[in-house]
Amino acid sequence: MNTPATHIIACGALANELLALKKLNKWDHFKIDCLPAKYHQTPALIPDAVKEKIKQIQSKTDTNNQIEILVAYGDCGTGGLLDVVLQETNTKRLPGAHCYQFFAGLDVFNNLHEAEIGTFYLTDFLTQHFETYVWKALGLDRKPELLEMYFGNYKKMIYLAQTDNKELTQKGQECAQRLGLSYERIFTGYGEMETQLQQQVYHKIEMIA
Amino acid sequence: MADNDDFEDDIDLNALPDDELVEQIQDDLYDGLREEVIEGTEILLKRGWAADKTLTEALVGGMTIVGIDFRDGILFVPEVLSSANAMKGGMEVLKPLLSESDSSSAGKMVIGTVKGDIHDIGKNLVKMMMEGAGFEVIDLGINQSVDEYFAALDEHKPDILGMSALLTTTMPYMKVVIDEMVSRGIRDDYIVLVGGAPLNEEFGEAVGADAYCRDAASAVDIAKEQIALRKAG
Repeated sequence: MNTPATHIIACGALANELLALKKLNKWDHFKIDCLPAKYHQTPALIPDAVKEKIKQIQSKTDTNNQIEILVAYGDCGTGGLLDVVLQETNTKRLPGAHCYQFFAGLDVFNNLHEAEIGTFYLTDFLTQHFETYVWKALGLDRKPELLEMYFGNYKKMIYLAQTDNKELTQKGQECAQRLGLSYERIFTGYGEMETQLQQQVYHKIEMIA
Repeated sequence: MADNDDFEDDIDLNALPDDELVEQIQDDLYDGLREEVIEGTEILLKRGWAADKTLTEALVGGMTIVGIDFRDGILFVPEVLSSANAMKGGMEVLKPLLSESDSSSAGKMVIGTVKGDIHDIGKNLVKMMMEGAGFEVIDLGINQSVDEYFAALDEHKPDILGMSALLTTTMPYMKVVIDEMVSRGIRDDYIVLVGGAPLNEEFGEAVGADAYCRDAASAVDIAKEQIALRKAG
């Protein structure tokens, strides 16, 4: 019997991680649909974009089949407005405020934040694409003099690593230097994102059984 | 705004009549040219312009255009920050003179970023625009606890308490502060304004603030309205 699809609407910044988990676990019934990662900088656009994507999926799906959708976002700076959309559409998202939290785990992240509130976080994606999603997105390529205004209150950069990758580890160090921050790398793996997806799979198996 | 850099380089600010100089300062502010804004401000003062007139017409006028273009998606955060930096340069020239001549403040505000949050760009913009509009602003800085807010309210007796947050995880702290104001029976003694990127009107209402301010320019308008309402009431 074919397992009905589970649609995952994801932030583009999580695409590699979701594809890796799908492949690793043979979750072939996951259909991953990514929204632009650049919304990381403009969270106000996320709720409507997610709502639109949910509508698209629902309109294309046979109404006799129950549609399963998981939104692979945290609150991501939407100030609760993403949750309003999810409530309206009876959809769930990943736990926590943002990807740093669900990669690190809620308690671990809260401890890190309490230990040093002036911490700037990167993931694999943000380390890989630091130039585009941090440096250029903040206009530091055009206006390097703004660095102090943006990062003057920060002291530390933590690279929350999803994979063991020497190049990214080295790059994280370089990113911290460019921002004038001390550097730490913490391996998180896929954290609570993986756990949440596993729960989704178990839930589906129970439903089918 | 400058279409021709060579032409801009050649402009002698001293040679411009007042109205064109004000326009040029506003253009320079828009383009984030701090040194030029400082020079233009000094020239207006030398010509006998009062500090408050210079502030209102040249600097605040320029920053208002920046605010409108930011709201309309023509300018982005880096450009606004450059403009703010240029305005700060002009303000530094004017501030000693404004303090000397300041006879009537539009009101007093205590402002700070909430506990757990180190982001102050928005707060600093609000502070600058409020000062530009004639408000006395006491800036508590970042990572402010309930006790620190209360100590400042007690010491400065402001009309307005402003709280800022950039993080979804820290914005609920505003409710902690407001709830404590309620429990101490002082909530209605102050106008409470809240702002920050992840906030919205509904949140402002839910935490019991008087208003949510979506940007620095609207913070000024709302502060003026709220003060007027209090005076009328």
